[in-house]
Amino acid sequence: MNIAYASSERQALAAADERITPPPEIKDRLDLRAFDLLCLTVACVLAAHIAHLPPWLAAALSGLLLLRWLQRRTQRGQIPRLARIALVVALPVAIVTTYGSPFGRTPGSALAVGLLVLKLLESERARDARMAVGFCCFVLMSALLFTQSLPMTLLVALALLPGFACLRALQPDAQPRRYARAFAPGAWLLLAAMPLALLGFVFVPRLATPLWGAPGADNARTGVSDHMAPGDLADLLIDDSVAMRVGFDGTPPPKAERYFRGVVLWYFDGRAWVPGVAGIRNGTPQPLHAHGPVVGYDVTLEPTKRHWLFALDMPLDAGGGATLDADRTLRRDKPVDNTITYHVDSALQYVLAPELDPRLHRAALEIPQGYDPRAQALAESWRKRYGSDDAAIVRAALDLFRDGGFAYNLAAPPLGRDSIDDFLFGTKQGYCEHYAGAFTFLMRAAGVPARVVAGYHGGFWNDYAHYLLVRQSDAHAWSEVWLRGRGWVRVDPTAVVRRVISAGGGAIGSGSGDEAGNWLTGLRDRLDIVNRLWDRGVVGFNALRQSELLAPFGIPHLEWGQLAIALATGIVVILGIGMLAALRRPSVRPRDALEAAQLRLQAKLARHGCARAAHEGPRDFFARCMLALPHSRVELNALAEAYMSLRYGHSAPPAEPVRNYSRAVRAFRIRGVVK
Amino acid sequence: MTLFNAAHALRWTAWLERAERRLPALTRLRQPEPLPVELHRRRIYILPTASGVGFGVLLAVMLVGALNYQNNAALLLTCLLGATVINSMLSAFRALHGLRITRIQAGHACAGEPLALQLEFDAGGRARHALCLDLDDATHAFSLDTRGGETTLAMPTERRGWNRVPRMRISSTLPFGLFRAWSWITPDHEALVYPRTLAGPPPPSDQDDGVQRTHGDEDYAQLREYHFGDPLKRVAWKASARHDRLLIRELDSAAHDAPQRFDWAMLHGLDRETRISRLAGWVREAHAAGRAWTLVLPDARVLGPEADNAHYHRCMTALALLP
Repeated sequence: MNIAYASSERQALAAADERITPPPEIKDRLDLRAFDLLCLTVACVLAAHIAHLPPWLAAALSGLLLLRWLQRRTQRGQIPRLARIALVVALPVAIVTTYGSPFGRTPGSALAVGLLVLKLLESERARDARMAVGFCCFVLMSALLFTQSLPMTLLVALALLPGFACLRALQPDAQPRRYARAFAPGAWLLLAAMPLALLGFVFVPRLATPLWGAPGADNARTGVSDHMAPGDLADLLIDDSVAMRVGFDGTPPPKAERYFRGVVLWYFDGRAWVPGVAGIRNGTPQPLHAHGPVVGYDVTLEPTKRHWLFALDMPLDAGGGATLDADRTLRRDKPVDNTITYHVDSALQYVLAPELDPRLHRAALEIPQGYDPRAQALAESWRKRYGSDDAAIVRAALDLFRDGGFAYNLAAPPLGRDSIDDFLFGTKQGYCEHYAGAFTFLMRAAGVPARVVAGYHGGFWNDYAHYLLVRQSDAHAWSEVWLRGRGWVRVDPTAVVRRVISAGGGAIGSGSGDEAGNWLTGLRDRLDIVNRLWDRGVVGFNALRQSELLAPFGIPHLEWGQLAIALATGIVVILGIGMLAALRRPSVRPRDALEAAQLRLQAKLARHGCARAAHEGPRDFFARCMLALPHSRVELNALAEAYMSLRYGHSAPPAEPVRNYSRAVRAFRIRGVVK
Repeated sequence: MTLFNAAHALRWTAWLERAERRLPALTRLRQPEPLPVELHRRRIYILPTASGVGFGVLLAVMLVGALNYQNNAALLLTCLLGATVINSMLSAFRALHGLRITRIQAGHACAGEPLALQLEFDAGGRARHALCLDLDDATHAFSLDTRGGETTLAMPTERRGWNRVPRMRISSTLPFGLFRAWSWITPDHEALVYPRTLAGPPPPSDQDDGVQRTHGDEDYAQLREYHFGDPLKRVAWKASARHDRLLIRELDSAAHDAPQRFDWAMLHGLDRETRISRLAGWVREAHAAGRAWTLVLPDARVLGPEADNAHYHRCMTALALLP
């Protein structure tokens, strides 16, 4: 046996002997870096939930988080067990006393966030941190049950990054990484996950009906109500949130025509207008004769929790699973709990119900007994003056609003029992619901059938994305009068009012819209494109839209099984690409331009069966190539000479000859290969 | 019963061997392979870790929840999370793929002590972080930069002589600890393990016998514990009786500057392995003390006298390789 080692080898081995250190254990103890990142993750979760946590809980949890972080910085170890137990008991008790029950979305998420922070108090090991990060992901998702808006979703997705960084920091790395670097792996993987995530999102089969009771969105704006009493709309008219977005198939209707009817109010009880008995509303739609162009459009309606949808005057049909009511309003069985999109066709010029059913005729003339005597007297005087000319009575009422000293005022003075008398002869200030209500009352008192319509009017036309943005502040109420031979005619008494005292958000007459706002609201309205895309593309992507996904490719309705096959195929394709990417080796990076040219030459020669072996020096390689490719002998010889002198004749090859060499390599063609 | 078990085990082994022939990727049974060993796709395995399984369950819950509540933003988040987790699986694979073990260098250790095993890697042009090497229940974590590098881990040793480097598992749970990618390596490499050393009495020297010591039994500093193999004539009986254990009169060996002689023949009456261990112990002590020594092997080969490292390794190698 050979026992005579070379002395250098022996020294190396002796050195290896000394280098041996006790193997560093897989760290189970949470180090400070990972703990910091865990705290950051929990803080992000807290931030995502802060909007709907009770203030005391938000403050307590933030304080606890901060204290724990400071404590762990100065001393290792858990919070004393007794304190932890006390907190774990106190949290559910406090939540139950606040909400009355630990179940439901708000108390449930408050409990989850609280438990997460409490978990942090005892997290001392890597295992704890892993569990906490998983829990963080779950609690982050629950924040989306409250709002599905784009900013919230982005916040939640970004909040995954510290979680990933924390998991990464738990890996047994010898050298600590910089904080910025700690986020990089997670960020890259998240970015690379986009295609697969989108595929999953599009093709994961949706449930048509929930497995268990799903809470509706109680964040829905109530929007236009079916109860209109003086002052009811005031809150709505200063609400800037989005009510709906409308994309037109062709050119949008002119501004003055953008009346979206929601609900028709038939019955007046002396104070409030309400829809009235169902027998009047329901039934076959009143006949409609369209004149002029028909406008088709898509409405993306934000959740309202109401049963009715909005359509441009005057809808020809109903969309979105709704039916057309007798008074041509759109009504559906289920309230609008989620963002929905539906398509409607409307006629802008029309004759609605040229013949009026006697029952409707009666209902459209009904006024409560013993209210507003002065208004009734005024209406009767108009009837006497104009005889049977209903249109002249309408004009007289509009003249009154135009020239009678009326003013538009969102902060309308309060009205007494005879609210219409008080308004017409007293305050003379109000907004759409005052005008529409008083006008309709006057018409009915004068014997002209009339009704109130509530809906939206105006909106902001986005010129870049070609859609109409309708906000809650565009809520509006107007009247419809029935004139013999012309049917129901829309009259907007608010539009004739000249004086403006306080306009608020804007539904003043026809003049709601873009030029009224300052540049900031203009900018905001323009940036709404993103929200619209989000709402239509992501939030509104339901089972129905999913089943119509491949309609342009000739599959009108995707079944569950087809979706699953599409999903599986997509996953296989994307994972295949991912695996190819994972299998890719970093290519050999040339040291300099000369080596790059040489590698190109070698690749060229390798294609003709002359691959350079690992042990071959350039001289041997070139010699072998010249033997193998005798027709290119001369060129190869020149290249070999040039390469040798460049590589070995200089410490750093000069730039110009290297460029020449590179050019020669590019020009080099292998000739006359006999295969 | 035992017979049945044995037959069973035999059948199992046969089955495994057949499987190994059919599927050479079953590296547990892989024959030792020469270096360099490259980790390629056919020998890298991936399975979710315990926390990965837990995370999967969590994702399933999130998916059902998002679908049930018809919450598309939550569904998008779940899909994003799921896709990232799948990406992390590929990432774990990438952490090992293309890694090459180019060289293994074994240090020296006596049997029973950990042996330093130095592995050299070619990282394949990528920096490799958080790699783990499992060898015999111990885990060793290390990182490599783009050029590669080396790491040293401790290999437990049992017996002297040439020991095959045991099967090792190189693994990574990058980046999130949800998946473990691993590969078994059975390098065709042997490490020389020196004999177990027995700390024992100094070798009997010629000057020792019959020389009167100047100090008596009362000099406790010169007493030490009895070790197996100590000559009975040097037991300090009186002191031993006082202390209830056998004590040995220690010789003043510092006085010896002359090369010591460790002769196989001196250690008669002991079994072979104990003799080797005792010789190895002496050699080690002498080397540690920086003294010169001569080793005489059973085949009467004489090594030394010398005092340097090379001599030490030569002696230990010779002892390790004694039949």
